[in-house]
Amino acid sequence: MKTLSRSLAAGLAAAAFTTIAASTIASGATLDTVRERGFVNCGVGENFPGFFAPDASGKWSGLDVDFCRALSAAVFAAPDKVKYLPATPAARFAQLQSGQVDLLSRSVTWTMSRDAGLGLGFAGVTFFDGQGFMVRKALGAKSAKDLDGATVCTQTGTTTELNLADYFRANGLKYTPVVFETTDQVIAAYEAQRCDVYTTDKSTLAARLTKLKDPAAHMVLPETISKAANGPVVRQGDGQWANIVRWTLNALIAAEELGITSANVEQVRSTTKDPEARRLLGADGELGKLMGLDKAWAYNVIKSVGNYGELYERNLGPKGAVPIPRDGLNRLWSKGGLLFAPSFQ
Amino acid sequence: MRPSDRRALSIQVAIYLVLAGLALAACLFAIDALRARGIQAGFGFLWNTAGFDIGFTLVPFDATSSYGRAFLAALLNTLLVSALAIVLATAIGLVVAAMRLQPVPAIRSAGTIYVEAVRNTPMLLQLLALYFLLLGALPPPRQSIILGGVALINNRGLFLPAPLPGAGPALAGLGLLAALLTSWLGRRNGRIGAALGLAAAALLAAGAWSTTWDVPVLRGLNVRGGIALVPELVVLVIALSVYTGAFVAETFRSGFLSVAPGQWEAGTALGLGRSLTFRKVVLPQAVRACLPPLANQYVNAIKASSLAAAVGFPDLMQVFGKTTLNQTGQAVEVIAMTMAVYLAISLAVAGAVHWYEAGGRMDR
Repeated sequence: MKTLSRSLAAGLAAAAFTTIAASTIASGATLDTVRERGFVNCGVGENFPGFFAPDASGKWSGLDVDFCRALSAAVFAAPDKVKYLPATPAARFAQLQSGQVDLLSRSVTWTMSRDAGLGLGFAGVTFFDGQGFMVRKALGAKSAKDLDGATVCTQTGTTTELNLADYFRANGLKYTPVVFETTDQVIAAYEAQRCDVYTTDKSTLAARLTKLKDPAAHMVLPETISKAANGPVVRQGDGQWANIVRWTLNALIAAEELGITSANVEQVRSTTKDPEARRLLGADGELGKLMGLDKAWAYNVIKSVGNYGELYERNLGPKGAVPIPRDGLNRLWSKGGLLFAPSFQ
Repeated sequence: MRPSDRRALSIQVAIYLVLAGLALAACLFAIDALRARGIQAGFGFLWNTAGFDIGFTLVPFDATSSYGRAFLAALLNTLLVSALAIVLATAIGLVVAAMRLQPVPAIRSAGTIYVEAVRNTPMLLQLLALYFLLLGALPPPRQSIILGGVALINNRGLFLPAPLPGAGPALAGLGLLAALLTSWLGRRNGRIGAALGLAAAALLAAGAWSTTWDVPVLRGLNVRGGIALVPELVVLVIALSVYTGAFVAETFRSGFLSVAPGQWEAGTALGLGRSLTFRKVVLPQAVRACLPPLANQYVNAIKASSLAAAVGFPDLMQVFGKTTLNQTGQAVEVIAMTMAVYLAISLAVAGAVHWYEAGGRMDR
């Protein structure tokens, strides 16, 4: 009942907002609106430790939250001019489409139908993920190929259901899905052995495995059955704002490549001879002006939140909320990963 | 038509026109706004491949089926749960109402405790508590409880043997038909009734004997074969019935209490027994009094069935209002369709009750 009315209300609100907002938000004016308002409206999810999660006092932290702080630093030269607006997976796109938020920074998976069909623009990738399977060791499965006939628990409102169906169909395996509303319900059902398998993105599996009653009795199977490129999303039709979001992310990655950190950025700006670093930090040229920002925009970003490596370490490193070893795709291209920033020229 | 009537009529027409105009303007505006933001609008997505599976369906469904078929499968699940819950809740309500009207204090207070405890806690909590209690109580598949060598019970569900299609089920079907005819024709003509009854018994026996059964067995990770009754369905139906039953009980009780005690005395004075007075005098009046609130309880039960997602049952809200909405991103269309369905079911139930009520009035 509560669920129904909440979802219906969200849907109605979305419809109403879309209708009203279309007339009030002129395209190309997001930056002006944000400046006038004095802060960035950042759409996050409800709770995903390591990526976006509020603490007891309501302060948000996580990789996706840090990206919003970086954006705030790029626009306002201060990282705290952000208002975080959480929404359910089902309501998030309406939240963006309606202009309620300026961007979604909440591990949204980049897919073609979303990019081309929903009036959204994906600005880049902050985290590469992929769907995996968690099982009880006692099941005796060593590979996802051993899961014929399994009952699989997952959460609704994500791309996981589709990937799951694709994988089992492609491999000629049978399965029964049991789909719950929240991650906590999925975990409870998995712990009660209602299902043999729990499937979602591997980052979540890693985070959840440590919190099970007996972590040693469970394992994540080696297969990764989907490609999930997660990153910030903006509305289509405002190229300037899309550029600001995209190049803020690129600046974070480039800074790591160039060895610029929050600790040394001031010194690097005054002493470096590297032309790329000088352009990035605004020591040479005025790249920021091309997007309507100050020439020190990237300097402010790095000074306030650090480079991509620092963001990762703070949130997903050994001392972060959810330690996820940085050994796969989420390393710099020069270290065998996929993180690559185009040239600052 | 008097001038005042004419004025009232024209005001009503004007109000309807304004409302219709507003609705039309809202639709046109929404479509325009969606187009302007580059969002695909329309119901074309219903013919696209859904790509996901549904764990429990009454119609064949797999990942290659369309979103439209997912809608149908989910709708049938919602209807199934609602119908079962309404029937069970009515039965529970009758029993509990009768308990609360008993002179014996122990029975009466048992009924009161049930009603107060159930009505005053959130249904979502009851649903989750029942679900996880049941999962905890039942063994995992490899320790299944085997019932008579043909059925299995574990935390994945109750697995019963399923008849394989063939001559057997067809014969049994004919037998059932004959049995139905027996009960209908048998009342008019004893000889035909007896003959039909024999034929029915013979057909049923032959059918049962020649049917091949798909007996569920433990194989691999799970049970294979048979018909599965999944715990999510069972729990959802029980929780809905128990919750709605408490409200229905109070509705019935108020209906019985609304009949003046003088009616009992009048029945007795006419020489009717207690049971006959109840059936012919009190019950018809009580039913009439409690029909409108009863319709409300039924409508509430249908809407509350959308809590299914909490226990992983694939109802309309979960499959269509959540998964389909998320995959297609067609928020406005999906929510509108889902709302329209709940509205249509609820209006149909209310309409049916009103129709029944109107019939009741006529023979007054």
